[in-house]
Amino acid sequence: MGERDPLTGAETTGHTWDDNIQEFNNPLPRWWLWSFYATVIFAIVYWTMYPSWPVASSYLKGLTTITYQTDAGEEVTSHWNTRALLQRDMQTGKSAVAQKTYLKVIEDSSYDDIAVDADKMAFVESYGNGVFGDYCAACHQSGAGGVVGEYPNLIDDDWLWGGSSTEIETTLKAGRVGFMPAFEETFNEEQLTQVASYVLSMSGEENDATLAKAGEEIFQGQVGGCHLCHTSAGTGLKSQGAANLTDKIWTIADVRGATTPEEKLSRVKSVIHNGVNRVMPSWSSRLSDTEIKVLTAYLLNKRATGDQ
Amino acid sequence: MNEVPLKFVEYQKIIEPRSVKGQFRNIKTIILILAFVTYFLLPWLPWSRDIGPNQAVIFDLSSHKYYLFNLVLHPQDILSLAILMVFAAAFLFFITTIAGRVFCGFFCFQTIWTDAFRLIERLIQGDRVTRLRLKKQKWNFEKVRKVGLTTALWLALAFWSGLTFTLYWSEAGQLLVDFFTGQAPLAAYMCTAILTTTTFLAAGMAKDVICMHICPYSRFQSAMFDENTAIVSYDKVRGEGENGRAKPLKTLKTQEDRTKAGVGDCIDCNYCVQVCPMGIDIRDGLQVACIHCGLCIDACDNIMDKQGWAHGLVSFSSENALAKKKTSRFGIRTIGYGLASLIAGAFLVFSVVNSAKLTVDIAHVRSPLYVVLSDGSIQNSYKFKFYNMTSKPATFDLSVEGLPNAKVDIGKLKHIELKASRGLRVSVRVRQASADVKRNANQPIRFKLTPIKGEFEEAIIHPSQFITP
Repeated sequence: MGERDPLTGAETTGHTWDDNIQEFNNPLPRWWLWSFYATVIFAIVYWTMYPSWPVASSYLKGLTTITYQTDAGEEVTSHWNTRALLQRDMQTGKSAVAQKTYLKVIEDSSYDDIAVDADKMAFVESYGNGVFGDYCAACHQSGAGGVVGEYPNLIDDDWLWGGSSTEIETTLKAGRVGFMPAFEETFNEEQLTQVASYVLSMSGEENDATLAKAGEEIFQGQVGGCHLCHTSAGTGLKSQGAANLTDKIWTIADVRGATTPEEKLSRVKSVIHNGVNRVMPSWSSRLSDTEIKVLTAYLLNKRATGDQ
Repeated sequence: MNEVPLKFVEYQKIIEPRSVKGQFRNIKTIILILAFVTYFLLPWLPWSRDIGPNQAVIFDLSSHKYYLFNLVLHPQDILSLAILMVFAAAFLFFITTIAGRVFCGFFCFQTIWTDAFRLIERLIQGDRVTRLRLKKQKWNFEKVRKVGLTTALWLALAFWSGLTFTLYWSEAGQLLVDFFTGQAPLAAYMCTAILTTTTFLAAGMAKDVICMHICPYSRFQSAMFDENTAIVSYDKVRGEGENGRAKPLKTLKTQEDRTKAGVGDCIDCNYCVQVCPMGIDIRDGLQVACIHCGLCIDACDNIMDKQGWAHGLVSFSSENALAKKKTSRFGIRTIGYGLASLIAGAFLVFSVVNSAKLTVDIAHVRSPLYVVLSDGSIQNSYKFKFYNMTSKPATFDLSVEGLPNAKVDIGKLKHIELKASRGLRVSVRVRQASADVKRNANQPIRFKLTPIKGEFEEAIIHPSQFITP
């Protein structure tokens, strides 16, 4: 050390090869060296904090682990990651715990208790809105207004399968099959017109009285047999999910959307001709009892009860 | 080339002001005590409320409520805060046009805390001369003890100032316990740490530098001054005479001797310079650094008393008064800023008194816009969001106006019952019978909340709409 190359005057390491080849002493720049040491320290810190090394079928998880439960209820300890952090927060976070506490309150309350308590109702409204949005809104629409001809409207006061709490719970848990046979082979064109006229007459829509009279015979008699489900008064059997034909609500034939009497007639005719085949799936395997309870309370509040 | 480099900032030596007794010092001391008693004890003042913390002043961030004695403010009242700022600015300018920077000299927290820090320093290290001697002294036990003790006390005061500020934002007793047991939120520690540091640096280290170089006020104060503004000023005519100031040597002891010699009343004792916390010489005239604390007036008055001469060589007086002209109190600036303060003050009182006690948000449900019921009547749905800002429960009856034979349905609830100081969301439906429905229309309607129970007396009306097919 300290020796200098006579030609250039540069410092050499003092090593000499092959008589005259010398090694200049050019140390690394100070900043580079310190940066290098810093990265070494960083690596050690990182290595201890975060997942680092495979061990058999597992790996070193580091010091910052997160413990949470999987959807199956299994406890898992994972290395630090935002996904696990979210999972844990949704299970044991402050808001999650508060929500669970309130869900328990709803679970322990009767439907009448919920309906008269503004705070419970407000919770049902906001929690129910989430469940409804996730599972129901795809068909029944976000505001539960349904689609005429496809999915029932849940905010009017006429419910095909009944709108009491037990009936709604049953519908949610077991699902429903709404079926009306197609009369394309039973009725000829004239009979179709007659029955449709009678159906229109029942809810006070414009119709041809003679056609309706003939239609009544088919409706109430053996030929059509419509009264078996829709009842002879036309109000419908709830057990069959048969529509009330005497009110102003049209769930399948879009009579309200039609402008002329001819159009109304043809829309009703087409429903009788084609029949109805609608399915609501069962939710008991996908929603917990508490969720079904919240949904029921939510729908009871959504459902128009009529002027009482 | 031996150019002298430009000096932008002249680094002054640390000022060691001498203590002084007098009326302005007394006023400053009284304000200091009042300010400290108020600031440090206010979070501990209990207050009974129907609802909310029993602390007189608490800015409760977690519940979004700001309690000031019997007044409860909400984030919605942010306008009041803005008006308070406008009022404070206008009133400050108004005072400045009349009496110069008295805010700086007497009320500014920088001045007050610096004053307190200097008081501590004087108690431990003695007055100016002793302090200057200590400064030159080598680091021996006495110096370490005195400087160490001063710094420790400064830190303690700075810490307590910072912690007290934090106590305003939470229940003081609980937070204090939590703070020392490591249970307090991180924000409390950060807030206290930052304020301890800034208080120590500003009042212990920077002192006058804050007023000179950091605070913008010293720079634009001149915009508010005119010949009628009362400022701390030196009566040059009386002090200097024809031949300037002179020390009271044997031949210049009495006023007659001095007048004969053409010398003024200033005996050049430098007392006014030594007491100045800003380290300026008031005899050089009005300066940007002068904070109008009046300590030089006290100093000069003491000397004049000793000489048996009249006070007022240095005094609070306007340029006009010094020139023996009439001082007008009603300059355009004074009237302008005065009016602005009045208007802002009136607006502030108005906005606080009339701040909303109830907020109602109504959203007409858009999906679907309406629904037809079995009897043909039309129903619209609304989502209501209430917030009761009073500390009493309130009950309202909800009805609708502007729609013939319309009925309001709030489910099985009888009334809108709001808990004290709480919010509530309610689904509301409005129905109109088929016969009354105006087809294909978007009609304006009014929801009317008729008070039944609580602090509300008048009906509250909110507009909305009713949509029909």
